[in-house]
Amino acid sequence: MKIFIFDIDTWQEIYGSIRKNKLRTGITILGVMWGIFLLIVLLGSARGVENSFNKLFGDFATNTVFMWGQNTSKPFQGFQEGRRMQLKMSDAKAIERELEGIEYIVPRFNSNSLVINKMKSVNIGVFGDFPSLDEIQKKNLEYGRFINENDIEYKKKVCVIEDETYKQLFDIGERAVGQYIKINNVNFKVIGHYKNGMRVGGPSGGLHIPFSTFQQVYNKGDNIGWLAITGKQDTDIEQLELDVKLLLKNLHGVHPEDERAFGSANMGSEFKKITGFLTGMQFLTWFVGIATLIAGVFAIGNILLITVKERTQEIGIRRALGAKPSEIRKQIVLESVFLTTLAGSLGIILGGFVLMVVDHFISNAETPFLVNPTVNIPVILIAYGALVVLGTLIGLIPAQVAVKMRPIEALSDE
Amino acid sequence: MIQIKNLHKSYPMGKDSLHVLKGLNLHIKEGEFVSIMGSSGSGKSTLLNIVGLLDTHDEGVYILNGQEIKELDETKAANLRNKFLGFVFQSFNLISYKTAVENVALPLYYKGVGRKERLVTAMEYLDKVGLKDWANHLPNELSGGQKQRVAIARALVTEPKVVLADEPTGALDSVTSDSVMELLKEINREGMTVFVITHEEEIAEQSERIVRLKDGVIISDEKTKKAVTI
Repeated sequence: MKIFIFDIDTWQEIYGSIRKNKLRTGITILGVMWGIFLLIVLLGSARGVENSFNKLFGDFATNTVFMWGQNTSKPFQGFQEGRRMQLKMSDAKAIERELEGIEYIVPRFNSNSLVINKMKSVNIGVFGDFPSLDEIQKKNLEYGRFINENDIEYKKKVCVIEDETYKQLFDIGERAVGQYIKINNVNFKVIGHYKNGMRVGGPSGGLHIPFSTFQQVYNKGDNIGWLAITGKQDTDIEQLELDVKLLLKNLHGVHPEDERAFGSANMGSEFKKITGFLTGMQFLTWFVGIATLIAGVFAIGNILLITVKERTQEIGIRRALGAKPSEIRKQIVLESVFLTTLAGSLGIILGGFVLMVVDHFISNAETPFLVNPTVNIPVILIAYGALVVLGTLIGLIPAQVAVKMRPIEALSDE
Repeated sequence: MIQIKNLHKSYPMGKDSLHVLKGLNLHIKEGEFVSIMGSSGSGKSTLLNIVGLLDTHDEGVYILNGQEIKELDETKAANLRNKFLGFVFQSFNLISYKTAVENVALPLYYKGVGRKERLVTAMEYLDKVGLKDWANHLPNELSGGQKQRVAIARALVTEPKVVLADEPTGALDSVTSDSVMELLKEINREGMTVFVITHEEEIAEQSERIVRLKDGVIISDEKTKKAVTI
């Protein structure tokens, strides 16, 4: 005997009964299609939001902690409380030497200064930076280059300008790179111009000059403003934060339990909150999607149950003609599975199409809130599998009703 | 072919039970054309259902084609129905979304006959009942008489041992009734056992033997004049 589902006659029977009931088949398919369509669109959107977050943070090393000096709050080793803590270049070197798991350690400085270009002026934050800043806060330079080691070594009077500041100092379309601007009445040559996406951590500002130049021009000696420390990929950034603080307390003769001496901002834990939010959103998406899917499958079961009652007589006839209960059962279950898979496929195609359209229109927007909204193939396969299983299970209910009926009762039902 | 001894059947009706068949004895030989007569409530439909394996009996012995019928599960019953019995109903009971030829082919599907062979055989039987040209029409495009002839073709297609007809002319006018009865007689002449249930005297008289049922017992069992003349 041929395997039931590969038997063309089985499909002929299913086709016959589906063709006869176009409306109910249509409504049934719509129910499940809607479910899987929602699942796909929701999952895709969630992914899109996640991607847009990733894009926002993409150029920014998320496992970064910022550290700066404050005032002590506890007397220690003969020092009074309230002592001002000042980070030095030597601290940065010590941290790099003593602690493991550090990818980059970038000392920074910031000062608000008057910047003049010909007739235009602006009061803006000026940063003293090392070339490695480019590693933790990627500067996508439009023109020119970022600060390099040479600039640091020779304390060159060069600067990299951010787009907002550029707009305030230069005419539209004017080339900034190569020109000289005055920072605190000192001439600096513009060597780079970048458009920044997101600026996370630290004060806003528009000009970067070599760190060594900053120390010299602003008379800072060996001091540093604050430290940006980026951990390696697998480093626990919160632990690193604690370690760095303890080391700094040691170096500066601060009470080990003094919580106020050094301030810090941990981007890692901030980022974790956002990731947590995304995870929550994805969970919600799954929940809503699957619930809708189940509702759709129940709709199929319900409609099949009604159909079985409508078709009582037909089932009676079939049984009088020699259909075994197992054959009746198989036919109804297969009908259910066929409908759910068909509806599922349509839902997936429609969902994919909607995501494509959404992607097309939103990706081109100025600030896309969805980036590349997609759904993984395994996710679709799982949803598909679940659909088939649910379709089988739900089909069993009307099938059982159909089989339980004695043929004589089914026949007399008119 | 059909042997019934002391057959009882009751239906539960609330606390009481309705005793429908009260000890029937009947022997139908192969090739006979028997009609069961009786007013409604006489138990004739119940008898047909039991003979047709659509219902079970409570007591007594029922032997179909030399095989005693007892404790049948639905699957076995379905098999026996498919193999030995052909049904013709008062309300035709064709499947409305299948064409005439598909309706006729349906029992063969459950018998496990291949599709091509099924359609060829179904066509043969449709031709036999004179409806070859209507093969691809749906039941609602056929007249009552045509529908019943499709149903007869469907009953015959598996080459059963017995054709069971439940008021086959009940929904037809007298002219079409006659043509349907002619068809049944023709089948009988070819050697088929035909078992008709009716309450119309004219119909019953066209058979060879009339069994009259009243209140669940057989009150008479005699050959018709027709049978005597043959």
